[in-house]
Amino acid sequence: MSTNPMHQFEVYRIGPEIKVGSLDISFTNASLFMVISSIAILIVFNLGSKKNSIIPNKMQLLAELSYTFVAKMISDTAGSKAKPYFAFIFSIFMFVLFCNMFGMIPYTFTVTSHIIVTFMLASFIFIGVTIIGFIKHGLGYLKLFVPSGVPVVLLPLIVVIEIISYLSRPISLSVRLFANMMAGHTMMKVFGGFVISLGIVGGWLPLSFSVALTGLEILVAFLQAYVFAILTCIYLNDALNLHH
Amino acid sequence: MLKKIFFYHISLSFLFFAETYAAESGGMPQLNPKFWISQIFWLIITFGFLYIILAKLILPKISANLEIRKSQILENIESAEKQRKESEEKIAEYDKILQDTKIKAKNYYNQVREKILEDINKKKESLDKDLNVEINNAESEIKDLKSKSSEKITKIAIETSNDLIKQLIGVEVNNSSISAIVEDLSKKNKKEYHGN
Repeated sequence: MSTNPMHQFEVYRIGPEIKVGSLDISFTNASLFMVISSIAILIVFNLGSKKNSIIPNKMQLLAELSYTFVAKMISDTAGSKAKPYFAFIFSIFMFVLFCNMFGMIPYTFTVTSHIIVTFMLASFIFIGVTIIGFIKHGLGYLKLFVPSGVPVVLLPLIVVIEIISYLSRPISLSVRLFANMMAGHTMMKVFGGFVISLGIVGGWLPLSFSVALTGLEILVAFLQAYVFAILTCIYLNDALNLHH
Repeated sequence: MLKKIFFYHISLSFLFFAETYAAESGGMPQLNPKFWISQIFWLIITFGFLYIILAKLILPKISANLEIRKSQILENIESAEKQRKESEEKIAEYDKILQDTKIKAKNYYNQVREKILEDINKKKESLDKDLNVEINNAESEIKDLKSKSSEKITKIAIETSNDLIKQLIGVEVNNSSISAIVEDLSKKNKKEYHGN
């Protein structure tokens, strides 16, 4: 059972079964790692903002660097109008980053390797961005689907393609993160299994692969969180500054 | 040999992997909807909690601190600029003072120089006068001596010629006749000398 590389993604209940009506909302290992990630973020940033000194200490520097990093990312992609959504994008980025990073610790559970979690985040972003777009531009937001400078003959086709691409945003956003995390963890597990099955004789090669993969996966964990956040910014930019 | 074992192991592992994968009832656990509602619920709870605390408590503090630092740095830069300007003014003042004193010193030097030059000129003039007087005196003396010396020379010439004649010939000659000859000769010589 434990050699199955998909076993690590198994969700199981911790503690008693909690049911609201017919819905099962029991506390699971996934919930546990969501809670752990959130609390870790809060601890890090609480420590980082506790002592507001002019010359920052290490924790404060960490918090301030993350703050300026996300702030710069938002202002570069979505402009100054996106400032009210800073806290949300910051939370998204940190949540995904911490969940990804906690998943890199052996025997932990990767929250973001579950399509339902990433899809919930992505669809929330999608719905939110669409609402913001309609509030800011009214029905003019539909102009997003009609790019300027396109021949009239091609317009019906282009509009259909634009609408499909817009609607597929939450799917592409969620599947990108989920597939990256799942593939990476599965691959590491497979190579880990090779180390065991090849033993002391041939196990060194997959072991070195495993080490290299761990480094790569840490990079991917950061990169996917960054991509998730920056795509959110780009969608927000479409809603705030209608270019078409 | 090692290679053989290695590939054997790998193929076996893949077989094993395929078997267990096929044997797994759900395939990907992600697609098992048993805990989907639970995950959605807990995601909303934890992320909502995280978002509210970050947005209301923590991020404002960080941004406030960043603002404070920014303004502090700006203030410091401003005060540094101010101090720089002040120091530049001081340097200009110092330069001016230095220039003024230099000019003053030059003027003073020039005045003193002129005074000294005047003094020197005065002294030179008086000295020149003195010297001229002395030179005149000396010249007149020399003239005197010259005029006297010609008489003396004639006298000496007369005496020596007298002595010479006495020694050579042994005849006592009258002084007056000799003097007449000497005067005649000296006059002739003088004429030749002056003619030259």
